[in-house]
Amino acid sequence: MSKTDTTPETASDDLGAAGSQLSTAPKEELPNLPSLGVIGWARWFWRQLTSMRVALLLLFMLSLGAIPGSLVPQNSVDELKVEQFKLAHETLTPIYEKLQLFDVYSSVWFSAIYILLFVSLIGCIVPRTWQFVGQLKGRPPGAPKRLTRLPAYTTWRTEAAPEDVREEALKLLKGRRFRSHIEGDAVTAEKGYTREAGNLLFHISLIVMLVAFAVGVLFKSEGGKLVVEGDGGFANVLPQYDDFRSGALFDNDSLERFSFQLDEFEDDYERKGPATGTARTFKAHVQYTEGVDGPLKKKAIEVNSPLEVGDSTVYLIAHGYAPVVTVKDPSGKVVFSGAVPLLPIDANITSTGAIKIPDGYRNKDGKKEQLGFNAFFVPTFAGHGKGDMLSQFPAPDFPVLALSAYHGSLGIDSGLPQNVYQLDTTKMKEFKDKNGELLKQRLLPGETMKLPDGQGSITYEKELKEWASFQIKQQPGNGWALGGAIAAIFGLAGSLFIQRRRVWVRAVRGEDGVTVVEMAGLGRSESAKVPEELGDLAAVLHSKAPSAPAEDSETSPESEAVPAEGAEK
Amino acid sequence: MTLAAATNENMAQISNVLIYSSMAVYTLAFLAHIAEWVFGSRSKVGRTAAALTSSGPASAEAPKVQVTKGGSTAVLDRPKVVTRSAAGTRDVPDGPGAHGGTEQGDMYGRIAVSLTVLAALIHVSGVVARALSVMRAPWGNMYEFSITFSAVAVTTYLVLMALGKNVRWMGLILVTTVLLDLGIATKWLYTESDQLVPALDSYWLWIHVSTAIFCGAVFYLGAVGTALYLFRDSYENKLASGGKPGSFASSVLERLPSAASLDKFSYRINAAVFPLWTFTIIAGAIWAGDAWGRYWGWDPKEVFSFVTWMAYAAYLHARATAGWKGRKAAYLALFAFACFLWNYYGVNMVISGKHSYAGV
Ligand code: HEM
Repeated sequence: MSKTDTTPETASDDLGAAGSQLSTAPKEELPNLPSLGVIGWARWFWRQLTSMRVALLLLFMLSLGAIPGSLVPQNSVDELKVEQFKLAHETLTPIYEKLQLFDVYSSVWFSAIYILLFVSLIGCIVPRTWQFVGQLKGRPPGAPKRLTRLPAYTTWRTEAAPEDVREEALKLLKGRRFRSHIEGDAVTAEKGYTREAGNLLFHISLIVMLVAFAVGVLFKSEGGKLVVEGDGGFANVLPQYDDFRSGALFDNDSLERFSFQLDEFEDDYERKGPATGTARTFKAHVQYTEGVDGPLKKKAIEVNSPLEVGDSTVYLIAHGYAPVVTVKDPSGKVVFSGAVPLLPIDANITSTGAIKIPDGYRNKDGKKEQLGFNAFFVPTFAGHGKGDMLSQFPAPDFPVLALSAYHGSLGIDSGLPQNVYQLDTTKMKEFKDKNGELLKQRLLPGETMKLPDGQGSITYEKELKEWASFQIKQQPGNGWALGGAIAAIFGLAGSLFIQRRRVWVRAVRGEDGVTVVEMAGLGRSESAKVPEELGDLAAVLHSKAPSAPAEDSETSPESEAVPAEGAEK
Repeated sequence: MTLAAATNENMAQISNVLIYSSMAVYTLAFLAHIAEWVFGSRSKVGRTAAALTSSGPASAEAPKVQVTKGGSTAVLDRPKVVTRSAAGTRDVPDGPGAHGGTEQGDMYGRIAVSLTVLAALIHVSGVVARALSVMRAPWGNMYEFSITFSAVAVTTYLVLMALGKNVRWMGLILVTTVLLDLGIATKWLYTESDQLVPALDSYWLWIHVSTAIFCGAVFYLGAVGTALYLFRDSYENKLASGGKPGSFASSVLERLPSAASLDKFSYRINAAVFPLWTFTIIAGAIWAGDAWGRYWGWDPKEVFSFVTWMAYAAYLHARATAGWKGRKAAYLALFAFACFLWNYYGVNMVISGKHSYAGV
């Protein structure tokens, strides 16, 4: 260990008192093993837990403990990746699962570290706060006997009376916002309480933030909704969500009341250069209503600019195309007409999906049947015979819709939840074309695919709509978390940039009747600012109580060669 | 439209030329620094050894720093302030600097600093030209991060020097690493200047990324101080215990500031940046909340910001905990900076997460 590691408690002198209460940091105690039975052990354990040493260890462990979560795929981040990892690593997987490495941040061991840290923090902050209040109420300790031993010291002789010098010093120090008073033959002054206050504020803010996060997790709700341009829109009630998740203490009635509809989705893509096809603009122009029947308001939701209503936030998540189709039965009656949202499968928005006609359709024989179409859509087609059916560009420059047709039962009536974007063909029959193969056709806008034997038709209308999907999130406690974070920064700044320091001014009449003024400064940490400030103060005081004519016998303070004590580094 | 595109391309071109020119000037500064160290090695002042090995009461004597400022009219001499170190600290004077007190060394050192100033000016103009070429903050991909990062590091170093701080000792290391950083940036990370993908396009980008780069650059200066502290501290320990360090080590380390000064330097730097780093993480969380719909999702980049933050917090705690100051705290600080670096390079290139956006 290097010689620079000094333990302050080895300093035993009257300076110990001068330097006491200059902070509220707990004293380091060596781990004396207790011999006092259960209570003794409990107290010992508590002391350890709330010591700076253990806090430091826990901080470091939390820092190390967070690392595996960035190296091993996490369920909370990407479940698919976790599955892939599990398939690829057969021997590691059981070990990782035992260690909860796929859920590091909710694992028992990670939670244990931060819970211990926060117990330690509370156990530390409460007594420190009391101590600090005590320090604010009390007075800083009086001047030590030998000021020469302090880290910054100066002296001179003056003809002014000692009482006047002390009064002058008191006025000066008070003017500089030191808390000061005269005690005996010396003035005692202290400044920089903001340091301690800032430090306490910082640690308390950490607790506020943690509580706010916990509240957020317990009470949050989160769900998705896909909305097509010009369609019905969305009202914030549970049945309207496509999917929905919520925290353990969430209550359905607490959903914020609002609704919105998508007027237009505006998108724009780079047309040249290496980044061709990269999105430049995504804007969902919506109209929304706060409350049940508030006034209509407009807003463009963008990736970086969500819609906020009360505690709820509506984020733009994804977008895609919804071709408009019209389906007719053999008699020519329209059984379905509307936009069908399709899901993008690549960056150029090649999309797939299903068109389902559950009711209204009767076949040529007048029998009720359900229709289903597999749909494949490309906004920019490469051209006939050119490669496969993949989109070349995300904007609808040359849109083509490819359909294949089925009839029978969609399987919706079984009551099992069904994916809207996939056709379950187990109970369906293919419509056949002339060659006896599955009927399929590529349609340009306005074209119609006829079902065989006059069984009806499906038309790809010229109108192309877009859809946008939104995540609606409600998370209480965000305000508190943000407030805590801001307070933490200010607390930190106060704590790190401000020095807490003491100044003493002693003035006594020497044997020859001349007054000897001594000034000394002490900071909690050794710093160049303490002597500088002392120099400034001394200069001012000196101008009020100028030096007496020099005398040969004057001893220079330098002659005393004892290192200062009581100051910590 | 095409006209604008053409000027932009010109700007990008100008930026490249400026960056390459600054590298040339940095190389000259590097050579001048080397010359400074070489000439300085001729000096034979073993001040540290003298301070540490001379026995008797002299070694216990505190250094006398006198603060005498102005006000020296003939009659009223301002009182002198005497300072003393805390008990138990080693009272070792700072080394003379790379030039070792030699005149020639000092001359080359001054040349090196002047060249660094020139290189930094060109370098910063290169960053600005890059920003103009894309008409946005030049922080959209790793190439742009890297050139900005080293520009900030050098500028901070020069500003500290202009403020009269004793930082010239890090000149050689700094210029070397800046050259390395620019070399890596131009050789492997270069990306054509381009617009941003929508997720990156937000004013939080300006706030979050600029503070992140600034913090990183300044933490880097702190880390240099910490690493040198560790070397210098072993050197002093060896001398104090009567050992004899190798001649190269003593020639180099002798000229550095004392371990205590280096330690204090890095502490001040790290402590000064820590609140800003805290702010950076919070700003990032706010941005993530807007862009991705969640404030914190343990994305690898977020994980390592958190790890770095915790490690620096542990370091600051260590400084306030007896028995953990000095070397142990220094190791913590280096660990923290290693996490920062990993977050900056490693996470972008090795781990894929939401933050890996710009094709490196
Ligand atoms: C989440 C956990 C914690 C974090 C992130 C944290 C962070 C920090 C930071 C950054 C500082 C430096 C500011 C300064 O020097 O004034 C600090 C100081 C301090 N911390 Fe913590 N801390 C944590 C927990 C604790 C705990 C559990 C304790 C008590 C055992 C504690 C006691 C202290 C004390 C006494 C100081 C002031 C030291 C001094 O006066 O120089 N902290 N903390």
